[in-house]
Amino acid sequence: MCNTCGCNITRGNQSFAHKVVNGTTAVAVLDNLLAKNNDQATHNRQHFDKHRLLVINLMSSPGSGKTALLEATIDAFRNEYRIGVIEGDLETENDAERIRIKGVPAYQITTGTACHLDAHMVHDALHQFPLETLDLLFIENVGNLVCPASFDLGQHRNVILLSVTEGDDKPAKYPVMFRAANLLLVTKSDLLPVLDDFSLERAELNLRKLSSIAPIKLLSARRNLNLQAWLDWLSSELAQQRERIRRGETVWPQLEPDSVHSHVETI
Amino acid sequence: MHELSICQSLVDQVEQIALSHGAKSVASVNLKIGPLSGIEPTLMQHAYPYASAGTLAAESTLVIELAPLIVRCEICGAETEAQPNCLVCGVCGDYHTKLVSGDEMTLMRVELITLEARNDV
Repeated sequence: MCNTCGCNITRGNQSFAHKVVNGTTAVAVLDNLLAKNNDQATHNRQHFDKHRLLVINLMSSPGSGKTALLEATIDAFRNEYRIGVIEGDLETENDAERIRIKGVPAYQITTGTACHLDAHMVHDALHQFPLETLDLLFIENVGNLVCPASFDLGQHRNVILLSVTEGDDKPAKYPVMFRAANLLLVTKSDLLPVLDDFSLERAELNLRKLSSIAPIKLLSARRNLNLQAWLDWLSSELAQQRERIRRGETVWPQLEPDSVHSHVETI
Repeated sequence: MHELSICQSLVDQVEQIALSHGAKSVASVNLKIGPLSGIEPTLMQHAYPYASAGTLAAESTLVIELAPLIVRCEICGAETEAQPNCLVCGVCGDYHTKLVSGDEMTLMRVELITLEARNDV
């Protein structure tokens, strides 16, 4: 029984619930259009919390270095955390194979023509994982700055990558995506010396214009430049997640309307 | 470009409501969509006839109300209109704002053509 689908309306109260005018009945619904996905995402999140996992959704354009970042992260955390990876692409096992070579469990979701992962696809993938043996689960979303932003997968944090070759105005062009960031990684920093048109200040200004308080970190996964700032962020997030689990709480990547203040304090 | 799949899940949702009310068909479906929802209202309108074909919602009208984009400043308290890629306060210019309206993707109301009502006519 709920207040959204009409199942709470009985024969007894039906006449009060609906106004019948000229053969039509108006039913107030007030339900999110992605309610089904969001319900599944909530279920996934409960599942992750039960296994004491921190789950990160990595989103970016294709080719901005998500898999390279994961490879470098796995190498750096080899002796500290147990990592798992869900890979999303339209076709091929290439990315999952790159991760498996590092000795980390990886499951490839091939979406066919779908441009994003949804909570149901991730749920199906979870059955392929020994979740109880992991500390960190990364979901590498389909490379796309549009659709993945709208679908909650059950993750705790959104990390968005912006490679310096893409241009510093990407946050202004794709506001729905960049607004969703809990952390913005500006990647391929080793290429900055040969690019005269990327300004980190402009990228930050464009992100702040979206009312985003997300921290920004500049790094190169390939050249191992400034990777520590990202690793420290992950360790801190994992510690916070474990503290939340201890208190029986969870966290959504996107801000609830009234939680902005508490979020500011965590940065 | 996920409007078609969102439309299909919308039609599923609407059909369930229609069935649970014993409705003969659906007259109209009202949505409220904000500019930061990630849903393009025009594409929803294009997708709707395909998603609803052969269902109880086949003859229904999709009505989309556009939600305004409004932010409230945490510094000066002003509520101002904003642009999707510029959500700073319209009065003091600070970026510490909260979205008051603009990311809605809500099924507001469904109008059903009911069997009982047909008997009344």
